Parts: sequence; C-alpha cells; structure tokens
Amino acid sequence: MARPRWLVATGLLAPTGAWLGLFLVAPLALVVQFSFATRDTGVARAVLPWTLRAYATALDPAFLPIFGRTLAYAGVTTALCLLLGFPLAWFIARHAGRHRTALLVAVLVPFWSSYLARIYAWKALLDGEGLVNRLLGAVGLGRDGGFLLTHGAVVVGLTYGFLPFMVLPLYVACARFDHRLVEASYDLGHARASTFFRVVLPGVFPGVLAGSLLVFVPSAGDFVTPKLLGGVEQSTFGSVIDDQFRGGNNWPLGSAMAVLLLVLVVVVLVARGRRGEDVL
Amino acid sequence: MNRRPWALGAVAALVFLFLYAPIGWLALVSFNDSRSLSRLTGLSVRWYAALFRDARVLDALGLSLRLAATSAVVATAVGTLAAFGLRRAFPGRGVWTVLLSLPLVVPEVVLGVALLGFCVKLAGIPLGFGALLAAHVAFSLSFVVVVVRSRVAGVDHRLEEAAADLGASPLVAFRTVTLPLVAPAVAAGAAFAFLLSFDDVVTSSYLTGVGSTTLPVFVYAQAGRRGVSPEIVALSTVMVAVSAALLIAGVLVVAWRARRASPASTFVGGGRDQ
Repeated sequence: MARPRWLVATGLLAPTGAWLGLFLVAPLALVVQFSFATRDTGVARAVLPWTLRAYATALDPAFLPIFGRTLAYAGVTTALCLLLGFPLAWFIARHAGRHRTALLVAVLVPFWSSYLARIYAWKALLDGEGLVNRLLGAVGLGRDGGFLLTHGAVVVGLTYGFLPFMVLPLYVACARFDHRLVEASYDLGHARASTFFRVVLPGVFPGVLAGSLLVFVPSAGDFVTPKLLGGVEQSTFGSVIDDQFRGGNNWPLGSAMAVLLLVLVVVVLVARGRRGEDVL
Repeated sequence: MNRRPWALGAVAALVFLFLYAPIGWLALVSFNDSRSLSRLTGLSVRWYAALFRDARVLDALGLSLRLAATSAVVATAVGTLAAFGLRRAFPGRGVWTVLLSLPLVVPEVVLGVALLGFCVKLAGIPLGFGALLAAHVAFSLSFVVVVVRSRVAGVDHRLEEAAADLGASPLVAFRTVTLPLVAPAVAAGAAFAFLLSFDDVVTSSYLTGVGSTTLPVFVYAQAGRRGVSPEIVALSTVMVAVSAALLIAGVLVVAWRARRASPASTFVGGGRDQ
C-alpha cells in the first residue's frame, strides 16, 4: 500500500478526465477556434487566417436588442423565481415538519419530468382558446389571440421551467438558518420588515445567490422556451446561436456568439465569487 | 412554531398549484376525445392508441430507452470511480472539481453546437447513437459524481478499518463494507443519469442522425412543424409519467438507507449534513 494517494486518486479519475476532455473540453476549444474563422473556412485543422469578423458581426448593433432581451428575460425570470421560491422554501424548511421530504420531492417531480411537455402544457394554456385566456376573459382581462408570442409567455415559461433550481438551494439555506435570530430581533424591537431585511435575508443570502445563479444561467442560454412560446420578436441569444448552426449555416458567427454566452456565464460565476458556494 | 403561518402556507399552496396545474391540464387533455387542447368534450384513449400504432414513435422510444440505459451505465461506472477518487484531499483536487462543474454551467446550446462541430468536422463521429452517447455521458457524469460523493463522504472510516483489522483485504473490505453503504446513492445516480438522458432535447437535437432520433427530439420536430397535436400531448404525458415514476423510485431508494442524510443534499449536491 505504498502507492501515493494522488496516484490512486488520479487513476480513479482518469476515465472521467478522458471522457470530459474528449467530449467537453475539446469541443469547446473547437468552438473557440471556429469563432475566429471566416464563414467558408469553418473547418477544423484548416490553416486559418485568424479574423475577428465573426465577433464584429456578433457585436453589431443589430444584435444588441437580442442580447438585451436575453438578459432581461433571464433577470426577470430570476426575480420571479426568487419571489415565488422564497416563501415556498421557507415554508418547507420551517413549517412542514415531517412532510419536508415529501414536499421537496413534490417540487422536484415537475422539474425532472419532460421539459418539452411542460412547455407544451403552457402552449395549450396560453393559446387564444386556452384556459388562461378564458378565465381571464371571464373577468374582462382576456386578450385577443391569447398570450402566446408575448414577452410574458416566455417569462412565464422560463419561470416555470427553472423555479425548482431556486427552491432547492433556498431550502438548504432556510433550513440552516438559526431561527432564534428572528426572535432576538423581535425582542430587540425590530419590526417584521426590518427583521426580514436585516436578519433573515443576510442569513439566507448564500442560498439566494446560488439559486439566482442556477436560474439565471440556464434561462440566459435557453432557446426552446422562447421558440415555442414566443415568436420572432421574442428571439434570444440562444435562438440566434441555434439559427446559425441550423438554417443560417454561419458557424463562425454562431461560435462567436456561443463564446460570448460562455464569457457571460463565467463573468456571472466569478462575480459570485466564493460566496454561496457551500450551498451550491 | 407557535404562530400558525396561514398566509405563508397559502402562498406555498399557490406555488404548488402553479407547478402542477399545467402538467395536470396536459394529462387531462390527453384523454380528451376531440382534437381540442382547450375544451374537454369527453373521455377517450384514442390518442394513446394512435401512438402505439405509430412506427416512428416506437422507433424513437426504443432508441431513447437504449440510449438512456447505456448512458446511465457508463456515467454511473465512470462517475462512481471519480467520486471515490475525490474522497480524500490530494494535490490537484481543485482542478478536478472545476472540470466536473463545467457540464453544470455550460449552457446546453453551447454544448450542443460544440459537440456537433467536434463530431462532424474534427473527430468524424457519425451523428446518431455514438455521438448522442458521448454527449449524454458528458452531461450526466457530474450529477452522478455529486450524488455519490455526498454519500461517500458520509461513510465512516472506522468501519473500513475494522474490516481490515479483522483480516479483510482492501478489495473484500470495499465489496462487503463500503459498497453496500454507498449502493443506494449509486442507484440514485444511475436513475438520475437515465432521466437526464431520456429527457434531453437541446443537446440531442444537434446530434441525432437520419433514422436515429430520440423521443424528445422527435416530439420537438413534430411540434415545430405542425404545432402541438393531441398525439404529441399524449406522448408528453407518457414521458412525464415515466420520469416521475423513475424520480420517485430513485428518491425512495436513497431514503431507504440514507435516512439520516438531509434530503436536499442529495439533489443540490455537495451539501453537508446540517
């Protein structure tokens, strides 16, 4: 048993390293290479005249509204998930007693069930003939043609899709939060609101941060929800990347945009720093 | 808790309603006897019957099941080894952790187009089963590692030392002491890997070949072409039911022996017990 520990560990990790190196790191590196290619030479191993043309196109003002819209969708989705997820997480962590596990599983079931099915459910509900429009129509809030192809539809779909990502880390943070702090705060004369903002929120902040990250990143990259619930006016960065690799066939442009999306993710991760890491 | 939090409970109930009403409506409408997805006119299983006569659906389902099973086996084997590799600190562990967190943070569309470029323009891997397997194992691995690792961390060293003191070789000690303790998490990891693969649409949509399409990609393509039809709704309901059954089975397996572990740590990952 004289084998050094790192050698054993590396041996156990070697298959993982090989698989991820080959099918994750290498493909990502290739995307970076493509992003500096010109449209005709989006070919691996070709001797490339490096060019920044794809980036110039990607950062063209014409794409700016799409970039902005993507960030707005992701931001609003994150805020909505926080608004819906916090009461739920707090309730499960503090008031559910022995039903905690069952309720957590209940949050997870929709999340693990077919992603497409969930979007189609909303497609049927938000349609002009759909249940939502008929219910809202009954109280005079209906909308001609329903709510598909609106920003609202996309945000609802994204919120629905990623809400469990918010609830889980928030739950962990709420369960760890020492409730005696709240009582101490009341005893010291703080009102409910100031207790919430000055005691509870800082206490569960790692969970808020981790949850926001887990919601923001996939909603910024998603293109299926905007495509199925929205229209051309709702296209996002993800859907533009998708277009370049399918119909548009401009791989260098698509790659440059993919790299920009990755950079955005990295910036968000680095901005988070090391806080909230123990919850994630 | 001395105050009963009615208001909070009501909000929580509304959030659950938000989570379940759409799926519930989908399931209800799949038994509708007209084509309408908005008005119920009567009960019927005709859309389900139509599914089982559709050869394309059955082919796609077959491929999805084979792919999910293969991917789950490979990801669980490779991921479990890695979870044991990360058990104790060693120089370079941080690098491995970063590598393993990559699949969790790279947007799926980026992973999909990257693998498309890699398979088509560099590695010459034909699109279809092989390319899909490469992708699915790559994004499931991290989940397996997260689930198994949290259980491995909870294994008491002294049990293994006791086995060694009683004369068990390292291999026997591993097989008779360590593995049974970790087995529920390995099973849960496999279930999650299966689900991730079975449900994936974004990454897979770039990697399916001619005549080899997975069920979700087939559904996505159909809906893109002709809108959401009752057949697609019935198919989606089946997929929801399969996933839900597997998830609940996975959770029960974990809860079976790992009662003491906090339930969230299994899913959120890396979470230490409180």
